[in-house]
Amino acid sequence: MTTTGQEVEPAKQRSRVGQARLPGQVSRVRELGLLIVLLFIVLIVGIQAPRFLSIDNFEQILLSVAILAIVAVGETLVVLTRNVDLSVGSMVGITAFVTAYFFKQLPGINLLLGILLGCALGLVLGMVNGLIVSFGRVPAIVATLGTLYVYRALVFIVAANTTTQVNASDVPAGYLALATTQIFGIPALILIAAVVAVIVGYFLHASQSGRQLYAVGSNPDAANMIGIRRDRLVFAVFAASGLLCGLAGVLWGARFATVDATDATGLELQVIAAVVVGGVNIFGGSGTILGAVLGAIVLGTLQNALNILNISQFWLQALYGAAIIVAVVLDAFITRWVQRTLLSRRKKA
Amino acid sequence: MKRHKSLLISWEALLVLLLLIGVVIGSVLSPYFLSGFNFYALTSNIMEIAIMALPMTLIIIAGEIDLSVASVLGLASVVLGLLWESGHPMWLAIGVALLVGLVAGGLNGLLVTKLALPSLVITIGALALYRGLAYVVLGDQAVSDFPSSFTNLGFGTIPGTEIPWSGLIFAILVVIFVAVLHFSRLGRQLYAMGNNKEAARFSGVNVSRVKLMLFMLSGVIAALAGVIFTARFSSARPDNALGFELAVVTVVLLGGVNIFGGRGSLLGVVLAIFIVAVLQDVLNLLNISGDIQSLAIGLLLVLSVLGPNLARRIQVVITHRRLAAGSSMQS
Repeated sequence: MTTTGQEVEPAKQRSRVGQARLPGQVSRVRELGLLIVLLFIVLIVGIQAPRFLSIDNFEQILLSVAILAIVAVGETLVVLTRNVDLSVGSMVGITAFVTAYFFKQLPGINLLLGILLGCALGLVLGMVNGLIVSFGRVPAIVATLGTLYVYRALVFIVAANTTTQVNASDVPAGYLALATTQIFGIPALILIAAVVAVIVGYFLHASQSGRQLYAVGSNPDAANMIGIRRDRLVFAVFAASGLLCGLAGVLWGARFATVDATDATGLELQVIAAVVVGGVNIFGGSGTILGAVLGAIVLGTLQNALNILNISQFWLQALYGAAIIVAVVLDAFITRWVQRTLLSRRKKA
Repeated sequence: MKRHKSLLISWEALLVLLLLIGVVIGSVLSPYFLSGFNFYALTSNIMEIAIMALPMTLIIIAGEIDLSVASVLGLASVVLGLLWESGHPMWLAIGVALLVGLVAGGLNGLLVTKLALPSLVITIGALALYRGLAYVVLGDQAVSDFPSSFTNLGFGTIPGTEIPWSGLIFAILVVIFVAVLHFSRLGRQLYAMGNNKEAARFSGVNVSRVKLMLFMLSGVIAALAGVIFTARFSSARPDNALGFELAVVTVVLLGGVNIFGGRGSLLGVVLAIFIVAVLQDVLNLLNISGDIQSLAIGLLLVLSVLGPNLARRIQVVITHRRLAAGSSMQS
């Protein structure tokens, strides 16, 4: 059991109202807090460098965040069930490479077919993770740490037997256009990410299975007892994470055009940073898609700000690490604060 | 309890068998496999991982995890390189590098114990933070003009043998760690903490202090591994030992240590270290590149947990059937 979980326990037992309210309250405080932090960064950097505030630059930030956000949406589903998927970077890497190579070999092929291939590959890899975790009873961190390396090695094996690198000139223009097309003046990449976030967010908020994910994450044993098919749900979230990584990989290939076997290495760190900064509890049961997407945007804005302020990109990784730690520390304090407020309110009533 | 013990012993027997199979395959593949030089090569290749696996074993048994070890190694390595390059004596550079490890581990430990935060997330954050700091300190540069007296510690051997100096350090550490984990009160407290933290606290174990010490120990040892790594490659780079945390966690879990704490032994971990070393060596003999070798390590990690789980499940099914058959016969 986690210690943060134990901190919450007394409040839960004493007050049923508190039990229902606590996660929701924490999420709301977190999202609001994150927005304030975001505005604060924008304001500070904007004063130093006015071009940071241009519409063009905002579009640039959202573009750089789109792929990360899609992967973070999948990761959120996994983390909500008290699991974690560390293999996302490798899954994005392998689908990006395979999709780009597919288009290189068959330039005349229907665009949709290539996209479906990438998504299907991601889905299969995610299902393998899901099988190992839910039916093999291997802790998610062990299973996906293993597949992180297995999947990455697979990219190297594919690359060793085909080509070391797929270049922009090798693939049809239609594929690259996925990343550059604009619809109503908004880049397609941003729209795709937004649609994914809205669909998954709605599913999580409104569907029965969506609510069950929260139940599984808050108390796996209790969820089992009230008849929730935990194994199936856990399998499904890993499959969904794989599918979204597949989609992200397809877009990765289109956006960066030049793809080799090392692409998206270490992406899992950024994804986990986005999810944790976005207020999704790493021990499951609370957090929202909106939060995770906001988390990704905050990270993207920080990266952009480093660029604009001419600060070395070497700071970026350290900054991500610090962001993860600060977010977890703040979470602990916010949870305690909300809990205390709820308790004192209940005492007054 | 007895049942656990018998399972554990059989797991270690399985590891011995695996190790023997690896050695047989290796000696069939190459006449040089059993040579002294090859023994030197395969040992020195894994020593940094082996050394870091010792405190990791204790941390996982106590119910926590430290994923930042490879980053601490990298940070210690660049600090060492930078100090040497700027003209400080080697003993000072090594001392400061070890101190950096102590502070890095201490920060992890304080966040985990004082603020009661999950070590999994904290050390993932620390993984990025410390590796990031290594890049901030040295950029994409490398320091490589180390004195031969220092690099000899890395590739030299104990005179008259084929044992690398790092092997001697590892052997000494193993003796100390075995004494602590298996023959001291502190060792039994670690198992108690891993099995039931609350019960351990109520029976008078200062859980926070022990955990803080474990993380500080892990930091110092990772920094020591950084010194050895720097000497062995005569190079201090920010990306030194990138991703090594996987191998460290792999050998610990392959050694039969339970990821949720409370169970495991150093004998198993030491056996697992040599299995991975032999495996890497065999793959090298087969001319398989390092990028693809990680396939084998990743598979080993998953299978080391999946295998026993599936075996247990099958065993349960069989027992149930037998019981069902028995009760139907009675009625």
